[in-house]
Amino acid sequence: MSSNAPAAPAAKPKLKTSAMIASIAGEGQRTVSAPFGHALVELAGQRPEIVGMTADLGKYTDLHIFAKAFPDRFYQMGMAEQLLFGAAAGLAHEGFMPFATTYAVFASRRAYDFIHQTIAEEDLNVKIACALPGLTSGYGPSHQATEDLALFRAMPNMTVIDPCDAHEIGQAVPVMAAHKGPVYLRLLRGNVPLVLDEYGYRFELGKAKTIRDGRDVLIVSSGIMTMRALEVAAALAADKVDAAVLHVPTIKPLDAETILREAGRTGRMVVVAENHSVIGGLGEAVAGLLLRSGVTPVFRHIGLPDQFLAAGALPTLHDRYGISTAVMTDRIKGWL
Amino acid sequence: MGHNPIGHNVDLAERAYRIRRNAVRMGEVQGQGYIAQALDIADVLAVAYFHAMRVRPDDPHWEERDRFLLSNGHYAIALYAALIEAGFIPDEELETYGSDDSRLPMSGMASYTPGMEMSGGSLGLGLSIAVGIGLGLKRKGSASRVYTLFSDGELDEGSVWEAIMSAAHWKLDNLIAVVDVNNQQADGPSTQVMAFEPLVDKLQAFGWFVQRIDGNDLDAVIAAFDAARDHPEQKPRMIVADTKMGCGVPFLEAREKNHFIRVDPEEWQLALEALDAGRTR
Repeated sequence: MSSNAPAAPAAKPKLKTSAMIASIAGEGQRTVSAPFGHALVELAGQRPEIVGMTADLGKYTDLHIFAKAFPDRFYQMGMAEQLLFGAAAGLAHEGFMPFATTYAVFASRRAYDFIHQTIAEEDLNVKIACALPGLTSGYGPSHQATEDLALFRAMPNMTVIDPCDAHEIGQAVPVMAAHKGPVYLRLLRGNVPLVLDEYGYRFELGKAKTIRDGRDVLIVSSGIMTMRALEVAAALAADKVDAAVLHVPTIKPLDAETILREAGRTGRMVVVAENHSVIGGLGEAVAGLLLRSGVTPVFRHIGLPDQFLAAGALPTLHDRYGISTAVMTDRIKGWL
Repeated sequence: MGHNPIGHNVDLAERAYRIRRNAVRMGEVQGQGYIAQALDIADVLAVAYFHAMRVRPDDPHWEERDRFLLSNGHYAIALYAALIEAGFIPDEELETYGSDDSRLPMSGMASYTPGMEMSGGSLGLGLSIAVGIGLGLKRKGSASRVYTLFSDGELDEGSVWEAIMSAAHWKLDNLIAVVDVNNQQADGPSTQVMAFEPLVDKLQAFGWFVQRIDGNDLDAVIAAFDAARDHPEQKPRMIVADTKMGCGVPFLEAREKNHFIRVDPEEWQLALEALDAGRTR
């Protein structure tokens, strides 16, 4: 029995669902349905070399939108992730641009060698879009991709993108296609929050961007943690703490210039916040960059613990593992 | 009735009814789930736990037990229903299914649940583990068997065929696998997602003793488990069980797109009533 195993329940527990698929949108938050699927359909109308492929997760990666629009350009490979990426390599070899989808856990853990050898080593033009990144499923470790950034960062030739919201995903799809070479996209699917449009934000590959400036603390974040960081900054403002948010959607290659410039501004604590294990993700990437460059602000790290995470409702788990807005706000206040 | 120490008094049809009933009650807790699969596999689990396997509910790690590996971890609701009926898990825990801090998470995991022998969720793992357990049992001179249940969708995974080839190579006559052919996986009917037929021919060509049965015909399931146990050849044994999604609840049997179903609150009672109606048939 692992330490995860709870004792037999004494009191009647709260009934919160631990479903595999749950929207990460907050109550009343603006959302867009299937931004990846719709963006891909729009792009594929102009780029006939694009094909869509999945491993029995078309409906769950929003690729069914593409499959419906372009049925003769869609390949259902069955629940066979190694085959999915090997065959994607083959199609890329013949000049096509596959967008291959599955869950992040299966691309990173199960098909890693196939992606490494058949796609990345040959620098083939395969776009890997994977749903349920980090802790965005309450289903348990089998579906919680807590180490995907570490694995794909470590793979030569791979570009790694962790978008924040529907706005950014819509912009990232054509940018991924314009980039020649393999790309790993952390995909948010279903009803995806819409946040960054209000900040006049535009996604650029390899660029970190200041979403909000502030004097007291710099939160460096990627993916859904940027959405959280903006909420944290608003909460801190109520306590007269002025927090900046630097969004780093491209995990690899890292925008060293912007990160060093922002982290080098004196008097600000740097807090890296990521929806990923504290091992091997954005936090260690930024820490390594700063240390190598001789930029040494006070540094703190918010990420998922080096554990097999529990099954449970997402809000419960985000609180427990410290990536909810409330817990992040409290921790940062404690550090200041 | 077989040699199972916990299965004397209540006949297997009643066991299957209660497994279905437990599963529907757990589904009601969350309003959703892999209910249709639980209903289709209840007869197989009734025979496994109350006829074929040697287990001790009060001692889940009893060394002499037969092992049971749930490769299709999303069928956990079905296995919990059987484990509750068998007494591994108290009946009242049923109400915690899929909830925070429950021992009964939606996906089966060995670290959470008494009687759960592997952590699933990621598919196509169980048969490989079964090969290792089969080798280990033989190495220890154990008379125990390893049973594993997996789903037709898992046949898509290459790892399953690696294990199929390996089990025959190692002559694992102590390995009894059941594949649930309900022809439904995440993106649609399994035979359309990836054509896997003719399955019996393929498995026989890989060196297995293969039986194909109606997995919702209790007599056929009993006979298949008995034959799998008693077959004289040194081959691994596969039972290809054709099942009906939602079996026992006609309105669920008829429902389309039923891989993961949401059921309206008032329908759960109707499902229980449908099971009750079929109880005396």
